[in-house]
Amino acid sequence: MKRTLKDKLAILSDAAKYDASCASSGTTNRNSVKSGGLGSTEGSGICHAYAPDGRCISLLKILMTNFCIYDCAYCINRSSSNVERARFTPEEVVWLTLEFYRRNYIEGLFLSSGIIRNSDYTMEQMVRIARNLRVEHNFQGYIHLKTIPEASAHLIEQAGLFADRLSINIELPTDAGVEKFAPQKHPANIRRSMGELKSHIDAASEPTLRTKQRKRFAPAGQSTQMIIGADTATDATILGTSAGLYGKYQLRRVYYSAFSPIPDASSLLPPAKPPLMREHRLYQADWLYRFYGFGIEEIVAARPDGMLDLEVDPKLAWALGNRDRFPVDINTAEREMLLRVPGFGVRTVDALIAGRVHTRMGLDDLKRLKVSLKKVKPFIVANGWTPLKVLDRADLRTLFAPEPRQLVLL
Amino acid sequence: MAARGLLADGVPPEAIAWTTEDGGDLFGGSETPSPAPAAFSVPKAFVDLTQDIICHSDPARFALAYRLLWRLQSEKHLFEIASDTDVTRARLMAKSVHRDDHKMRAFVRFKEIGSKGPRRRFMAWFEPDHFIVARAAPFFQRRFTDMDWIIATPKGTAAWDGEHLTTREELAENPDLHDDADSLWRTYYCHIFNPARLKVRAMQSQMPKKYWKNLPEAELIPDLIAEAETRTGQMIAGRNRDQVPARRPR
Repeated sequence: MKRTLKDKLAILSDAAKYDASCASSGTTNRNSVKSGGLGSTEGSGICHAYAPDGRCISLLKILMTNFCIYDCAYCINRSSSNVERARFTPEEVVWLTLEFYRRNYIEGLFLSSGIIRNSDYTMEQMVRIARNLRVEHNFQGYIHLKTIPEASAHLIEQAGLFADRLSINIELPTDAGVEKFAPQKHPANIRRSMGELKSHIDAASEPTLRTKQRKRFAPAGQSTQMIIGADTATDATILGTSAGLYGKYQLRRVYYSAFSPIPDASSLLPPAKPPLMREHRLYQADWLYRFYGFGIEEIVAARPDGMLDLEVDPKLAWALGNRDRFPVDINTAEREMLLRVPGFGVRTVDALIAGRVHTRMGLDDLKRLKVSLKKVKPFIVANGWTPLKVLDRADLRTLFAPEPRQLVLL
Repeated sequence: MAARGLLADGVPPEAIAWTTEDGGDLFGGSETPSPAPAAFSVPKAFVDLTQDIICHSDPARFALAYRLLWRLQSEKHLFEIASDTDVTRARLMAKSVHRDDHKMRAFVRFKEIGSKGPRRRFMAWFEPDHFIVARAAPFFQRRFTDMDWIIATPKGTAAWDGEHLTTREELAENPDLHDDADSLWRTYYCHIFNPARLKVRAMQSQMPKKYWKNLPEAELIPDLIAEAETRTGQMIAGRNRDQVPARRPR
């Protein structure tokens, strides 16, 4: 029986939900006022809905097809899986994107695909969809294309011309993991493709000598994703890999995707619920590394097994292990140290620094800045507040760690 | 602007009772306040913040704006003290307006209605907390330029016909529209959800229940939550070799 568009949509969005990213921010500012077309991207993206898994739905995230010649153990679409298969025509993807966009369901399209025939054939079809949206339909919304690592350079170049963001999945935190679970993928090729994307992105950020205009190439940069919990890599290894990727390829984001049970899973993989708290702690650690001036080695120093503490967040874990650095006086401390206080975010720190020039900051001020006093009090000195001997308490950690709960509720 | 005259006359905030009549307001509705004359210059932060808080539905917004204006005359750095009581309150009001504006951009759902001309026509019904229709309307114009649309709300209406963007303050009524594409959207919503990662509170903090009645996908939520545990259990047990029975919505 011929599949309807609705059948295909069901199968190919089921197949796409293991991609963590739904970001639609950080691209150029565009709108349709002059062109009279459809679509805009203005600063931060918009989450148009939230699924009961708490994740934002910002883009139409689908696979072009879930037929695939590869057999990656962790993937629902691997060639040996019994999952139902379907394939959209390029016109169907274009139609769905535009009709969803017109109803304000989405910010744009995140298109990925299983590999059919070969890498170039697959990539060529994906580029055709992006080109069709931009050129034929004057679509200015957001487009994210998952590029195929082995695709030819000229196809990648075209993809960057039409897409806001390109991404290539690193898949697993270590080369050994990739070789074990995705035997047809090659870590060296994945890194080579990332390096090529980086040079394209760098080149496009410089105006050309002749026209003084910037060439367009993936203005929202590149990102990647790795699966957590499928192999035995520790958090220290994972974060070390991420730091390397941020440094070498200037990725906008590394997404961590807790390995999630899939229908008809491979017997190589752990049949368990996804380690969501671990994934959350990795994102927090990633954030500390990128925005709070922490080094990876500091973040993972607390435990000898190289794993992050699941009970308390990594910033608090660091503070508990470095009590000699506290208390911090919020009226005099440097920005760098204020950022290390558990419970202070970047905004709070900036508000403190701007405000303390004019007034002495006390606990009431923090309360009005919506800071959790319970969390910060042991670590700060403020106007009218000194944390007597709280910091010396051996049981300080128990003030923060969650009450023991039944495992089933976690 | 009433506040300007009062300030010039030296009337202190506690001597004024600000009221609104029939929804009209003393700051002139959605009009942008004209810049204050040099006689009492105010920081740009005040102008920006006032434009936000006059959209708020709290009747105390005018009194607060005037009190800030009054205090600014002697406390030049007031706005740099984010922890000041009045500044905090104003910023919270502004934040609430921003959030409402953002949620409007996110949760308006256009439904296609018949068209006589070459341009397609759409209509949406939305229920904002604050008076934000006029400030959000240009966003929809910049984005949905090639189609005609109307956004109707209990706090006013915005419309675009390809040439003119018009906003009106009269309250509208829910038009009760139907669009076949909503069914495809529900299919997508249902299948992009991963039942192994159920986090209901995270969803509801971002998409509170008050919005659900105007979101076509929200009717699926109770069943998706109820079935999540079973579906995950089946995947872990690997019992179902063919496919997990994900419900296909209408």
